[in-house]
Amino acid sequence: MTYITKPKLHHPGLKTNKLGYTHRDYEGRISTLCAGCGHDSISAALIQACFELELEPHRVAKMSGIGCSSKTPDYFLGQSHGFNSVHGRMPSVLTGANLANRNLIYLGVSGDGDSASIGLGQFVHSVRRGVNMVYICENNGVYGLTKGQFSATADTGSKAKTGEINADSPIDLVSLALMLGATFVARSFSGDKKQLVPLIKAAIAHQGPALLDIISPCVTFNNHAGSTKSFDFVRDHNEAVNKLDLVPPRKEITADYEPGTTELVRQHDGSYLKLAKLNAQYDPTNRNAALAYLQERMKAGEIVTGLLFVDETAADLHGHLNTVEAPLNTLGEADLCPGAEMLESINDEYR
Amino acid sequence: MQPISATNDFVVKFANINGSGSASANELFARAILRMGVPVASRNIFPSNIQGLPTWYEVRVSGEGWLGRRGGVDLMVALNPQTWDKDVAGIEPGGYLLYDSTKPIPLSRFRKDLRLLPVPLTEICNKAYSDPRQRQLFKNIIYIGALVFLLEIDLEVAQWLITEQFEDKKKLIAPNIQALGFGYDYARDHLGGACSLKVKRDDKVSDRIFINGNNAAALGCVYGGATVCAWYPITPSTSLAEAFARHCKRLRVDPETGRNKFAIVQAEDEIAAIGMVAGANWNGARGFTATSGPGISLMQEIFGFCYYAEVPAVIFDIQRGGPSTGMPTRTQQSDLLLTAYSGHGDTKHVMLFPEDPREAFEFAAKAFDLAERLQTPVFVMSDLDIGMNDWLCEPLSWDKDRRYDRGKIITAEELEAGKEFGRYLDVDGDAIPYRTLPGSHPTKGAYFTRGSSHDRYARYSEEGSVYVEVMQRLLQKFETAKTVVPRPVLRPAKEKTSYGAIYFGSTSVAMNEALVSLEKLGLHLDLLRVRAFPFAEEVVDFINAHEQVFVVEQNRDAQLQKLIVNECAIDPARFISILHFDGTPVTARFITQAISDRMKLGKHKTQEAAE
Repeated sequence: MTYITKPKLHHPGLKTNKLGYTHRDYEGRISTLCAGCGHDSISAALIQACFELELEPHRVAKMSGIGCSSKTPDYFLGQSHGFNSVHGRMPSVLTGANLANRNLIYLGVSGDGDSASIGLGQFVHSVRRGVNMVYICENNGVYGLTKGQFSATADTGSKAKTGEINADSPIDLVSLALMLGATFVARSFSGDKKQLVPLIKAAIAHQGPALLDIISPCVTFNNHAGSTKSFDFVRDHNEAVNKLDLVPPRKEITADYEPGTTELVRQHDGSYLKLAKLNAQYDPTNRNAALAYLQERMKAGEIVTGLLFVDETAADLHGHLNTVEAPLNTLGEADLCPGAEMLESINDEYR
Repeated sequence: MQPISATNDFVVKFANINGSGSASANELFARAILRMGVPVASRNIFPSNIQGLPTWYEVRVSGEGWLGRRGGVDLMVALNPQTWDKDVAGIEPGGYLLYDSTKPIPLSRFRKDLRLLPVPLTEICNKAYSDPRQRQLFKNIIYIGALVFLLEIDLEVAQWLITEQFEDKKKLIAPNIQALGFGYDYARDHLGGACSLKVKRDDKVSDRIFINGNNAAALGCVYGGATVCAWYPITPSTSLAEAFARHCKRLRVDPETGRNKFAIVQAEDEIAAIGMVAGANWNGARGFTATSGPGISLMQEIFGFCYYAEVPAVIFDIQRGGPSTGMPTRTQQSDLLLTAYSGHGDTKHVMLFPEDPREAFEFAAKAFDLAERLQTPVFVMSDLDIGMNDWLCEPLSWDKDRRYDRGKIITAEELEAGKEFGRYLDVDGDAIPYRTLPGSHPTKGAYFTRGSSHDRYARYSEEGSVYVEVMQRLLQKFETAKTVVPRPVLRPAKEKTSYGAIYFGSTSVAMNEALVSLEKLGLHLDLLRVRAFPFAEEVVDFINAHEQVFVVEQNRDAQLQKLIVNECAIDPARFISILHFDGTPVTARFITQAISDRMKLGKHKTQEAAE
């Protein structure tokens, strides 16, 4: 961890976004994670993505569970409310918060222990319900806070720092999310900020359940030879299928892309995802093809990254529940209480 | 032996097979008597099963207005061959037995002292209907028709109830009225003068309503402003969430847009349900869940979180028989200790104890005010008896000027005006801090909610003194809770006495009746009905004012008594436990017998319900 407290004063030359916020306005407290932790890179990417998207920090709610990853919401967006819940239960808490106020952006931050083991059920159900959220799994294949046990995403044959070999099959959250009906599914690598920032921006703009599985090596317990979640391994086996750029709704689409290698996907909120294709056959709008491709590359020992699937017609839980436009937490007696007279007639029905 | 002769004071029990469609016919019977101005108390005794196992419906007709179970049966409507012997054995000496006489039953299966009321139900049905489903369903209405004649229930009242019941399916009215007539006519032609149990028109019902507690609690949630309901199906709480959905569809849909001012999610389990409730309340919506003992067990971790991080939540515990799966379709008051200290570490929770559906409505609405005022989980401790049985109770009422108490929330305007905000600061001296809602102000009032130790400004801290300060304040907040939860209800004895009795929840109806029986035996008792935890000072004062205090409750371990001993530091020797926990609702007979035994009040013949 770093002990240097940054001064509160802003450099006058610091770049501001349209809202007048600087990058610093999106920061949080000083991280207490290990120096070099992949998770801190993800926090930095989140800060940059929110700055670039010109989000008002207070319109974001940060939700997390328990684990190293779940601590990170304290380290970014210090002017947003945060909810560091209990182990594996972030998805349900996020769902409830989302039901109360549909107008905020919900950032769910979790890890592979929190999401793939204790919280697998809640992960699954929040995705299949179509909760409008950005679900980030900071995936390092290991339990960091309890010092190095395998997690459920650890690959078969992966070696722990203690020398133990993992015999269990891994859970792939990306494949799961695809099967469950997630409408935005991406994988990235904490060491690849160029890929990560646009993916986060696109996921935030997406109006539906968006999963970002981010491989984030644990520098202390899972960054050695024999680990399949180390920086070196991921760099060597990373196969990016596309390069993404988000074009916000208010920006005009200009023809600065080469047709044939670039694909435009229009999202529900009017934004465009501009995808530079690195793999010509890969179609990110075909759920089945995405699943098949993932399985095929997984067999070949490759880690596929990039935007793996997006459904531009995404709907969300509020749509399914047909809730009113106004956030439920803004409704008062006039909207909610049927009144004394109505109760009189209800009484009559029970006589 | 003389047959039992009684007017407006007897018990009819229906022994049916689950899934045979008897429930609505039986309810018709109870409602017809109510419409004649005579109070009834009805209880479903049903199995954990959808079809095939035995189920009973018991109706106590009580002109005096006693609403608890009496125990014993005067007239058995025995329609289930599986339970015939036990049902016949359970009838009071000189009682009545109505049965399907289509097939001959050997004499040895009857009792000599009983008056038989044979009605060839199957034969009548087979003659009138060809469809097997109709034969089954109308059989139920036919025996009600026979009872209408035998008990002198107003036939027109029964017919009118059928008309009301099928208002939306009008073509069913005539055939049902016809079936009712088949039974009525048969009894008139063959069983005239065979029954000396009678219903006589009276005016003892007044404007009271007949409603079950889950339904009333669900209405309380609608009136109390709940917008988020997250739940997982579990008997006997399921009907609360389902009733909430039904009421919302009628009362909470925006007429202009057709969109819902509520969100109901059937969660994947109880843990997710309470997680959603916590998230919704944290974000400023009134959210609740309804569950029973096993759900309470599962939700513990998040209860502890909400206690410590001070997040409001409303939980309905419709208690059933435990431990483990226990008796899922039987009643108990056995989750008190589990709930009071639910969660690991030092925790305490607010509990409300409604005595009937009317109070379930009132406490449901109140629970939301309390949860937001106190920023903590509030448990409405109902039970299967209240929740799933129709009770005759005072009409539901709502003060038209009533406003929701949303508790201490600092608004964006207040933050803008420079009001200091520390999430866990005790500003007012009542140990209740202020909160802000996410998204309210761009630069002020954000905080980080966590279950790990935190200081007054919600910052992470492992400092012992910081931790202790918050924990001490939470204790103090519990003291504040004492002053805002419903007060206990004192009912002094007619004569000065050194004996008292404490009870709560669904025990009320039996206790009220037992009081009168005990008075007749010469024992006067002051009564105190506890309505909430933490206990108000009145509870301690009441105990101190009496030599001995009976604590009457429906569990094995005297849980309320233990809670009082624990929280009020009272010598356990002051108490005598009266415990009923076989899964059936406690009866006045049981309480009277148990107390008179302990007091050696001489012989008082009691008959406990035999089922």
